[in-house]
Amino acid sequence: MLILTCPCCGVTGEETEFHQGGEAHLKRFGPGSSDDDFHTYMFAKENPKGAHFERWRHNNGCGKWFIAARDTVTLEVYGTYPAQTHEPPQHIRDAITARRPGWTWREFA
Amino acid sequence: MKHYSAFAVAREALRYHMGWERAWASPEPKKKYDVIIVGAGGHGLATAYYLGKNFGVTNVAVLEKGWLGGGNTGRNTTIIRSNYLQDPSAAIYEKSRSLYETLSQDLNYNIMFSPRGVIMLAQTEHEVRGYQRTAHANALQGVRTEFISPARVKEIVPIINLDGPRYPVLGGLWQARGGTARHDAVAWGYARACSAMGMHIIQKCEVTGIRREGGRVTGVTTNRGDIACDKLGLVVAGHSGHLADMAGFRLPIESVALQALVSEPIKPCMDCVVMANTVHGYMSQSDKGEMVIGGGTDGYNNYTQRGSFHHIEETVRALIETFPMVARLKMLRQWGGIVDVTGDRSPILSKAPVDGIFINCGWGTGGFKAIPGSGWGFAELMAKGHSPLCDEFGLDRFYQGRFIDESVAAGVAH
Ligand SMILES: Cc1cc2nc3c(=O)[nH]c(=O)nc-3n(C[C@H](O)[C@H](O)[C@H](O)COP(=O)(O)OP(=O)(O)OC[C@H]3O[C@@H](n4cnc5c(N)ncnc54)[C@H](O)[C@@H]3O)c2cc1C
Ligand SMILES: [Zn+2]
Repeated sequence: MLILTCPCCGVTGEETEFHQGGEAHLKRFGPGSSDDDFHTYMFAKENPKGAHFERWRHNNGCGKWFIAARDTVTLEVYGTYPAQTHEPPQHIRDAITARRPGWTWREFA
Repeated sequence: MKHYSAFAVAREALRYHMGWERAWASPEPKKKYDVIIVGAGGHGLATAYYLGKNFGVTNVAVLEKGWLGGGNTGRNTTIIRSNYLQDPSAAIYEKSRSLYETLSQDLNYNIMFSPRGVIMLAQTEHEVRGYQRTAHANALQGVRTEFISPARVKEIVPIINLDGPRYPVLGGLWQARGGTARHDAVAWGYARACSAMGMHIIQKCEVTGIRREGGRVTGVTTNRGDIACDKLGLVVAGHSGHLADMAGFRLPIESVALQALVSEPIKPCMDCVVMANTVHGYMSQSDKGEMVIGGGTDGYNNYTQRGSFHHIEETVRALIETFPMVARLKMLRQWGGIVDVTGDRSPILSKAPVDGIFINCGWGTGGFKAIPGSGWGFAELMAKGHSPLCDEFGLDRFYQGRFIDESVAAGVAH
C-alpha cells in the first residue's frame, strides 16, 4: 500500500485517499500541431520499469492535483510536489539518483 | 516425443512409471536462429508452435527470463469467452475459442478445456442495453451468445441472489461454449509440441538488449550471451514497454497489477463462470473446489507482481451482495500479475517501428482466452508480413484514430 503526502494540504494518507491520473510533465499538442507530435503526446507512454513521474489527485481530501515521483519496481515514493512545477525539483532527482544512478525519464536525468 | 495415451498410462503403470520422458528439452542457446521469440508465456509459445506447424519455420528459439508459463499465463483465472462487441475482436477471440475446443487433441496434451458456460451479469439498465447490443453483434459475427432473463440466470446459478438491493440482477449475456482451461497445461502443451519440432525453449535467459544495424534487428543480448536472429517477436505482456525501450520505441501501454484470489475448497456449487462487471468481480469454481475470484486492476503503474490489499477487499465486498454464501468462505491465497493495458482495451499485433521486429502485447486483463488465436495470427504475421486476424490490431491504429474500443461495456474485460 502506497503512502503519499499531498503537497497542497500537507496531509499524509494511504492510497485509497488518492487517485492516479497518468503520466506527469506532458507537453500538450493540440489543433495545428503535426500528426506525429499529437500522436506522441496522446499515446506514447513512458511506462518505465523504475523511477516514474505521475499526476495524482487528492480526491478524498483537498481535491487538488499534484505530482509524485515513484518507483514502479520497489513502490518507493521519492517525493511529491505541486502540479504547477515544470520539472522535478533537484532534491527529488537526487533521491532517485541515490537509488538508481544514471536514471533518465524523457528529457530529465 | 512419446505419444500420451491411455495405453501409455497402462504401459507405464506396469513398469513403475520409469519410462516417462521430460516433456521438453533444455538446450544450450545456438549462435543464431531464424526467429527468436522473447517470452515463453502462452502467446509466445503458441506463436512458435504455429510458426512450425502452419509455416514450417522451426529454427526458432523462445527465450524466457524466468520459467515458462510463470508470467500472466500461470497467474490468470482462465476465463475463455469470445462475446466481444467489435468485429475484429470477435474474429480473433472466436478463432481462439474454437481452437481451444480441439487443443488437447492437437497438442496431445490435456489442457482441460471445460466449456461450462460464461454469464456476464447485467446489473444496471446500461448493462442490459449494452449486452443486448453485444448479443445482436455476436449474432451477426457468428458467435453464439444470447441475452437471458433473471429467472434463467437463477436456473443456471442457484447460489446467486437476484434482488440486490444495490445491484439487482436484470439479466445476463450467456455464452454456453465459453468456459475455462488449465492455464499451466496450455503453456506446457505448447512447449512440449514446440520442443518436439526441434525448437529451443531456453529458460532463465533474460533479454537485456536488442541489437540493430541500419534500422534492422540483428539479434538480442541476454544473460547467456548474444544471440542473432533474422526476425524477433516480442511477446512479454507487462514488460512490453521495457523491451520496446530497449529497441528504441514507445508503446501506448501502461503496466499495472491485476490480482486474483482463491478460497478454501468446497463442494461443487457453481458449474459455470459468472462475471459481474459493474461491481468488478467474477468467480468460477476450480476442479479442486476452490472458488476462483478476480476483480479490476490496481490503479497505478507497477512491475512488482503484487497489488494493493484494498482491491481484494473491494472485489470480495462486491461479490458478497450477489453471492451471499461467499461471506462464509475463507480465502487461501492471493497473487498478482502485471498486465499490459492499452487505451482501447484491445491488443497490439503488429510490425514494430524497427525492421524485423514484431510485437504481440496489450492483452491486458484478458489474453488467456486468446492464446491459440493470437499465436495462429501472429505466426502468420511474422511469416508472411500480414494476417487477416491481426491486420486491424496494428500499432498504426492509434496514429489513425481507428480504435477497437472494447472498454465501453465492461471495465473488467477478462
Ligand atoms: C490475476 C489475473 C487474472 C487474469 N484473468 C484472465 C482471465 O480470466 N481470462 C483471460 O483470458 N485472461 C486473463 N488474464 C490475462 C492473461 O493472463 C494474459 O493476457 C495472458 O496470460 C498473457 O500471456 P502472455 O503470453 O502474453 O504473457 P505472459 O504469460 O506474462 O508471458 C510473458 C513472458 O515474458 C517473460 N519476459 C518478460 N521480460 C523478459 C525478458 N526481458 N527476457 C525474457 N523473457 C521475458 C516473462 O517472464 C513472462 O513469462 C489475467 C491476468 C491476471 C494477472
Ligand atoms: Zn491534499
